[in-house]
Amino acid sequence: MGMTLTEKILAKAAGRKTLSQGETVWVNVDVMMTHDICGPGTIGIFHKKFGKSARVWDPEKIVIIPDHFIFTADQKSRRNVDILRQFVDEQGIRYFYDVGGEKYKGVCHIALPEEGHTRPGEVLFGTDSHSCTAGAFGEFATGIGNTDAGFVFGTGKLWLKVPETMRFEIEGELPPYLMAKDLILRIIGDIGVGGATYRAMEYAGSAMASLNIEERMTLCNMVIEAGGKNGVIAPDEVTREFVRSRTQKPFEEFFSDPDARYHSVRRYRAADLEPAVAKPHSPDNHALARELEDVQLDRAYIGSCTGGKITDFLAAAKIMKGHQVKIDTFVVPATTEIDRRLHTESVDGKSLFNIFTNAGAQLGPPSCAACLGGPSDTFGRLNRALKCISSTSRNFPGRMGSKEAQVFLASPLTVAASAVTGKITDPRAFLN
Amino acid sequence: MKDFIRGSVYVVGDDIDTDQIIPAQYLNLNPAIPEERKMFAQYALSGLPDGGAGLPNGNRPFFQEEAPPFRIILAGKNFGCGSSREHAPIALQVAGVEAVVAEFYARIFYRNCVNGGYLLPFECEERLIDHFRTGDEAEIRVGEEKILNLTSDKNFRLKSLGEVLPILEAGDVFAYAKASGMLPPSQ
Repeated sequence: MGMTLTEKILAKAAGRKTLSQGETVWVNVDVMMTHDICGPGTIGIFHKKFGKSARVWDPEKIVIIPDHFIFTADQKSRRNVDILRQFVDEQGIRYFYDVGGEKYKGVCHIALPEEGHTRPGEVLFGTDSHSCTAGAFGEFATGIGNTDAGFVFGTGKLWLKVPETMRFEIEGELPPYLMAKDLILRIIGDIGVGGATYRAMEYAGSAMASLNIEERMTLCNMVIEAGGKNGVIAPDEVTREFVRSRTQKPFEEFFSDPDARYHSVRRYRAADLEPAVAKPHSPDNHALARELEDVQLDRAYIGSCTGGKITDFLAAAKIMKGHQVKIDTFVVPATTEIDRRLHTESVDGKSLFNIFTNAGAQLGPPSCAACLGGPSDTFGRLNRALKCISSTSRNFPGRMGSKEAQVFLASPLTVAASAVTGKITDPRAFLN
Repeated sequence: MKDFIRGSVYVVGDDIDTDQIIPAQYLNLNPAIPEERKMFAQYALSGLPDGGAGLPNGNRPFFQEEAPPFRIILAGKNFGCGSSREHAPIALQVAGVEAVVAEFYARIFYRNCVNGGYLLPFECEERLIDHFRTGDEAEIRVGEEKILNLTSDKNFRLKSLGEVLPILEAGDVFAYAKASGMLPPSQ
């Protein structure tokens, strides 16, 4: 019996030749990431359990990226970043992307690959559910809590149950009106928000080769919205080229065997899909954009680890160029690198920055911002019963602020088209 | 680990995500600081929409200053989905909850309950939220793998805690790792 990509990575991390689905193993951790809202609790557990003078297992393998509550006057949020600073000094943590200086990055899941921390064949944990994003690089990556992270800080190990794998084969290139977001919203709509619980989601098929690394990240990012443990895509030349441009560290590639055992295999043809929307209040509340064209909106939001990458802004700019937005539109680049690229990347000779500002959109500084609500002064937060279309990942009640608000999830193309018309709009209307 | 958990139940629906268990604006509080940890109690489950707050009737806030706390949460499918915030099981624990009974859990929330030793996360075989009303008195008999609705005088089977039982019995993942020889006893 062959093994899946996920099983092979976990076998290596457990120091084993083979392992079986459902088995519990201790794995060695390659990268442990935390941020400003779960870092302080993790540090507290580490000190409580290992002692005040304890040292972390490897100060080169812990990556700390403050990104959640950054541009706020809230004193406790600022205090939490101070706790991270103190821990970094005390432990000699090498990779710390501090707020307020040259090193600041922004959203952790995008900062990790930009800074060379995502590599094929490795095991990455993060104290954030969207840590599964890094599966796009052919590695095992998943989110954990503070206790697990505190345990990893002290030992470099964690127990894991080897998941069954659900395989998703997508054939054909995505047409220009579709993005990876449309595909993952369709998959979540089909299997439900609990449909992949405890399982790995592996993407394959001819569509993968045509997707750039950021689109692959979107696919893996949202596996948690189906309850998935990890999302994974086999590495190829696109992966190698990106990873080698960001790090010198060697890595090992793994691939699923042809006779690997899967929980299930689902097949999609890219050409059959249409621009998708997840209606309030669940990511699996699937509809097509063209079915919702009578829904009037108050706000549009483009940002986050899911929908705030340069591919997302290029797509939105293609639609917004030469138009004015009809509703309040918030644009939040995930990282400082993407923020700089808004000035250097262009559509028809105009920079993305110019296209967005000329359209009347408001640009905010890189962070998680309103994707998860946050303190009341957070840029773009839904502080009352507003209807918002958003390129983010989650729309359970209260996710972006007020629990009276309604959030519609869609691709950056659909969000941009809807921003221009003020109601939910299929982007094909702008792409002929 | 207790053999019996007895108290009143609070009933919620399917897909209750961690934003509903503890809304993000309170994540500025640091659970490692005792005074701040206590504050999570008053915000526990405050993100539930009014209609879903205490089924079947709704409009019953989970936390009430003067009332005795609910000891058991009864939930539908996929309880604790969404973010990885450990503040969620902590908020329920400091509010007085000792066990949750759900059809199934989101993975990270489940791990956090077990590895942090905050709550006993039971799974049930039937859709128990149709058999309990918020405020009913219930008793969980851990060894017998049963929950009794003392108000309606009915009892229901719970699934075995299975492979996480040794961690729950040890207290948390650190105690378990010591007991199993993975961590030296001195740590």
